[in-house]
Amino acid sequence: MRLGFNFWLGAGLTALVIFAGVLAPWIAPFDPVLDADLMSSELPPDATFWFGTDAQGRDVYTRILFGAQISLTVGIVSQVINSIIGVTLGMTAGYWGGWWDDLVNGLTNVMLAIPSLIFALAVMAVLGPGLPSLLVALGLTNWSWTCRIARSSTLSLKSQGYVQAAQTLGYGDLRIMFTQILPNMMGPILVMATLGMGSAVLSEAALSFLGLGIQPPFPSWGSMLTDARQLIQLAPWVAIFPGLAIFLSVLGFNLLGDGLRDSLDPHMRTRSP
Amino acid sequence: MTAPLLDIKDLQLGVALGQSIHPLLKSVSFQIMPGEAYGLVGESGSGKSVTSLAVMGLLKKPLAVSSGKILFKGQDLLALPKREMRRLRGNRVAMIFQEPMTALNPLSTVGRQIAEMFVLHQGKSWREAKKLAVEALSNVRVPNPDRRAKSYPHQMSGGLRQRVMIAMALACNPDLLIADEPTTALDVTVQAEVLRLIKELCAERGTAVLFISHDLGVIASICQRVGVMYAGCLVEENETRALFDTPRHDYTRGLLGALPRLGSRSQHGRQRLVDIDSIIADRSKLTDTRFIAPRGTEGSQP
Repeated sequence: MRLGFNFWLGAGLTALVIFAGVLAPWIAPFDPVLDADLMSSELPPDATFWFGTDAQGRDVYTRILFGAQISLTVGIVSQVINSIIGVTLGMTAGYWGGWWDDLVNGLTNVMLAIPSLIFALAVMAVLGPGLPSLLVALGLTNWSWTCRIARSSTLSLKSQGYVQAAQTLGYGDLRIMFTQILPNMMGPILVMATLGMGSAVLSEAALSFLGLGIQPPFPSWGSMLTDARQLIQLAPWVAIFPGLAIFLSVLGFNLLGDGLRDSLDPHMRTRSP
Repeated sequence: MTAPLLDIKDLQLGVALGQSIHPLLKSVSFQIMPGEAYGLVGESGSGKSVTSLAVMGLLKKPLAVSSGKILFKGQDLLALPKREMRRLRGNRVAMIFQEPMTALNPLSTVGRQIAEMFVLHQGKSWREAKKLAVEALSNVRVPNPDRRAKSYPHQMSGGLRQRVMIAMALACNPDLLIADEPTTALDVTVQAEVLRLIKELCAERGTAVLFISHDLGVIASICQRVGVMYAGCLVEENETRALFDTPRHDYTRGLLGALPRLGSRSQHGRQRLVDIDSIIADRSKLTDTRFIAPRGTEGSQP
């Protein structure tokens, strides 16, 4: 399997985010919440505060490291939920067809027609702010593309010789789906989940920016941007660094997903540089 | 006289087009005795494969059986609940296909795929099943069965894969093996080996074979009785020798006449191969089963 430059760049950025999130408690120089000091607020980046300090005098670098935990959790958990919903619905719809297929297709189309952020907002409004409801909201919004891909992969795999052979050998429907179809369509599903992580991180940032996501004082990149809104002219670093973190992590997830697609999809392989 | 293992009675099936059913098989009847090898020949589209699918209970919409009975050990398969039918498939009736290249799951080892049969139908534990799978591989004369059980389908040749398929199909000692052109995709030497294997294994275990092919030579070497299908009808049925010696139906005569003969060029000089002067006919327009539609009827118009 040949993996291009983009893949490695994406993998590197993703690894950096994982590294930052997992090791934050040990490598961060300060506490993200408690080390507030109004005497040292809005300091520009220097040797002590690498990314400067915010309005409460908290170290921006520390808060970005801890913010990575939120972004990773949201990205991974919401995509796991998305994939489970999407694959279950898509695979059964593609395999069984009939009224179930029609129903799932209808549902998917409805989901695609609603802007996902608006839907997530509605879910958050019902469940209230906080990390668990954020995970549920984002987990419920983006399964429709996964569902479509799972369905179409199932339709094409269903006519493969080994799926038909499994039927003649007496495999039950569920056994065929889990041993024959699911493993053979993991490639595109994995790509969708990786690409989805990027948009989940963005949605988390947007919801936190709107005040519905992670609640202060705990840091999330989105809520850090909200706090920085009024300071953007006085202390631009308070806005620039969380923005950069969001940008680089989403870029990383997307490049990783693209790279995976290029190497997993045989049709794409010839075209990729 | 023993009871037949498989008794197909007046089987009619067709494509459901809206309200009406467009017939594909018209009243096909034949019997297979326990342990017997029965050949079904005919050109593409004559209904051989669809007959076998009907026996497996795997007809997909819009195909549907309109009337008739398929008795397996006296039990009507068409009336059997789905769950019962599934238990029968792979266990009592198994099938092997034309394409050994695509008939195995590319993502799991062949040992695991064979082992799954024992887990599925005999309730064995995976540990036991893996041992049985190695045994099954050695039964189909795969060299180094221990090592081969751990290989993936892409690491095997077509002949080996077809052997793996045979091992899977015969894993539970079925009473009937349906072989749908199992050697068409293989080259001639491998074909001979695979045929001998099917013949020997089935004779050993007393498994009856429904052998579907359009290769008369293959049929002659393996089957005791042959049925000739044409346009959804079983037009002739006889002992293999008798059928080859004295074909009764026009179409059978045509089929036999179309075989290239070894040495005919040195005897008669260079000749065109004889072809059958007909195309497969639209069943609904065919009234007399002994009639072969002439070429150039409306069915072949562009």
